[in-house]
Amino acid sequence: MTSVSTLAGTALPELWRPSRGKTGMVCLIAAESCIFLTFVVAYLFYIGKSATGPQPAQVLELGLVIVNSIALISSSFTAIAAVRMLERGEQKKCWMWLAITIALGAFFVGGTIWEWSGLMSDHALYPTTNLFGTTFYSLVGLHLFHVIVGLVLLSTVLVLGLLGCVKSRHTNAFDLVSWYWHFVDAIWVVVFLTVYVIGR
Amino acid sequence: MTTAHHHPIVPAEVSQTLGARLHGWAVTVDHKRLGILYVCFGLVFFVIGGIEAAMMRAQLAQAAGKIVDPATFNQLFTMHGTTMVFLVGMPVLLGMANYLIPLMVGARDMAFPRLNAFGLWLFLFGAALLYYSYIGAQGLYGTSAAPDVGWFAYAPLTNKTFSPGNSTDYWILGIMVSGFGSITTAINLLVTILVMRCPGMTLMRLPLMAWMMIVVSVLVIIAIPVLTGAQIMLLLDRSLGMHFFDTQNGGSSVLWQHLFWFFGHPEVYILVLPAFGFFSEIIPVFSRKVIFGYPLMVAATVSIGFISLSVWAHHMFAIGMSPALNSFFAASTLLIAVPTGIKIFNWMGTMVGGRIIFATPMLFATAFLGIFTFGGLTGVMLALVPVTWQLSDSYFVVGHFHYVLFGGTVFGIFSAFFYWFPKATGRMLCERLGTWFFWLLFAGFNLTFFPMHISGILGMPRRIYMYQPDRGLELWNMLSSLGVVLQGVAVALFIWNVIRSLRKGKIAGNDPWDAWTLEWATTSPPPEWNFDQVPTVGSARPLWDIKNPTDPDSNHEGSI
Repeated sequence: MTSVSTLAGTALPELWRPSRGKTGMVCLIAAESCIFLTFVVAYLFYIGKSATGPQPAQVLELGLVIVNSIALISSSFTAIAAVRMLERGEQKKCWMWLAITIALGAFFVGGTIWEWSGLMSDHALYPTTNLFGTTFYSLVGLHLFHVIVGLVLLSTVLVLGLLGCVKSRHTNAFDLVSWYWHFVDAIWVVVFLTVYVIGR
Repeated sequence: MTTAHHHPIVPAEVSQTLGARLHGWAVTVDHKRLGILYVCFGLVFFVIGGIEAAMMRAQLAQAAGKIVDPATFNQLFTMHGTTMVFLVGMPVLLGMANYLIPLMVGARDMAFPRLNAFGLWLFLFGAALLYYSYIGAQGLYGTSAAPDVGWFAYAPLTNKTFSPGNSTDYWILGIMVSGFGSITTAINLLVTILVMRCPGMTLMRLPLMAWMMIVVSVLVIIAIPVLTGAQIMLLLDRSLGMHFFDTQNGGSSVLWQHLFWFFGHPEVYILVLPAFGFFSEIIPVFSRKVIFGYPLMVAATVSIGFISLSVWAHHMFAIGMSPALNSFFAASTLLIAVPTGIKIFNWMGTMVGGRIIFATPMLFATAFLGIFTFGGLTGVMLALVPVTWQLSDSYFVVGHFHYVLFGGTVFGIFSAFFYWFPKATGRMLCERLGTWFFWLLFAGFNLTFFPMHISGILGMPRRIYMYQPDRGLELWNMLSSLGVVLQGVAVALFIWNVIRSLRKGKIAGNDPWDAWTLEWATTSPPPEWNFDQVPTVGSARPLWDIKNPTDPDSNHEGSI
């Protein structure tokens, strides 16, 4: 006997108990945000402190990165659409939106690689070149790493879905994956503002 | 109502082979077994870190000592600090919370049991990486063994030029990996407390320890990733030739200090708030009174959590910050003494008029009140910029933070160990040995750390492997070193007590201390599922309600 209940007849107060998965994901996102914050602080701290060139204004092109940003931000909306479709039980449409999300994310990864190879071959900007190179590649690279992790998660859902393992009742789990993806997109806004607006 | 029938720690384990039993521990996801593993490994590292400290004190017992060479001494203080903070404080405190929190909130396990096991093994992997440096860190250079850059690893000392070999990389990786473990555990604890509470347990009926762990978890989630980020930068510097902290290419050693202490000062509260939690459970039970000012305790804890995020640069007064920054951080540091003082008064208010029982947990709790207040007051002194200018990097600072971390965290751990050992094992620790242990440790602690304040004021710098004779430092150093002997004897008594009590200790029963929180409602040790029936509570002291059905606490709640 380990019951502690003595309250027969007493009305129990309504408890505020948030969802387990969502609370856990919010905590994870908070912890990840703090890692990003550290790199953003370092980036801001070192703006204009490079001992040698190239400087950001000389080498950073806005055209490609704006296209890239549009792709990544749009992928958040397609992810929302995918979750909605799964909730409604329209699996085929869900896989379609999910595939578009992954394609947009992959486009972003490709665009970033394109930008980096240009910076390295045309402007000889490497992580070791100066403080700008150090902070630029590490901050954008940290974000890129998170995009790739997000893509792995989304692709896992897609593969499982095409194999017929994902049903409407999995909407909550899929929703959590989409939260992570939204987080990756939101962080990109911060990185974009830091690197291409404030830092340029 | 609560008949004592005993579940052994692991049912049906007795007939298993040793291999099967070890396998059971290795694959367990039970929060209680994981908690026990955390505490056991943490105590092993406590002994290792203690031996490192004892070697330093042996070297410093006499002027111009010749027991260890300077390089070894640098490794000793680095490994001692790193071990005590990351491999003792974190695992033992998080491990105890791991064991207790689900029981206290009436849950059958943590919110994410497998993540919980993952956290433990990450911690152990990180610890193994750090200590592997003793044999593996020589790398191709053959120049170094264990890390020797101090526990806060100031740049540019950690630069590849000044720290060749791999020792600093082992420091980075070991702490980073165990840090990931701490983050997962903090997330787990926070979600468990918010989501897994049993029916009736509103937030204001949580045991105070659960409240403290909420704040600790939030601090871990905010602070540890900043250290992780800074360590990633350092690793990039060292392995890819980047320039974050490379002062010859414009990198800033001050940035490292800011990032490290933005982690480092909340870390102090991460280490001491769980101990505050233990004492908030223990002092009322051994005073036979309800905690004084529960809502104020909650408010003070949350305030400490907030303020602790804005005091970090008081570690950096000596580096030449602007007067405005110095003033801000001095003021915020003075401010944090206020909620801490509120807590001290609330614990004393709980004791006033109580029928105090000085069992071992309460001995530690009472000593804590005095020692922690003393350490807090020297902390207020050090919050004043000119005082820090005078005393920075001296033994005064060493004395100060051992008074708060040893007198707060370690006393809290031992107090909690004696209090909850019966719950975890089903047997009581020997009170007579416990009393001896307490008094020896108390005497040894004060003998070691009080003279450090004096040698510090006399000008003895920390992290110096020797001092010249005739500077007036011999007596104080000799006293400090003698204190270590007493502490060593005390810890040996403690280990003997644990081994002996596991076999021969008095059978505890469910509720040996006549306590009030839910962990005492189940058997000792609890079954794997914790509670046969998920409990329902009507107040902050559910067991009081059961024992006193005519006058339950719920009648008085809200009448503070």
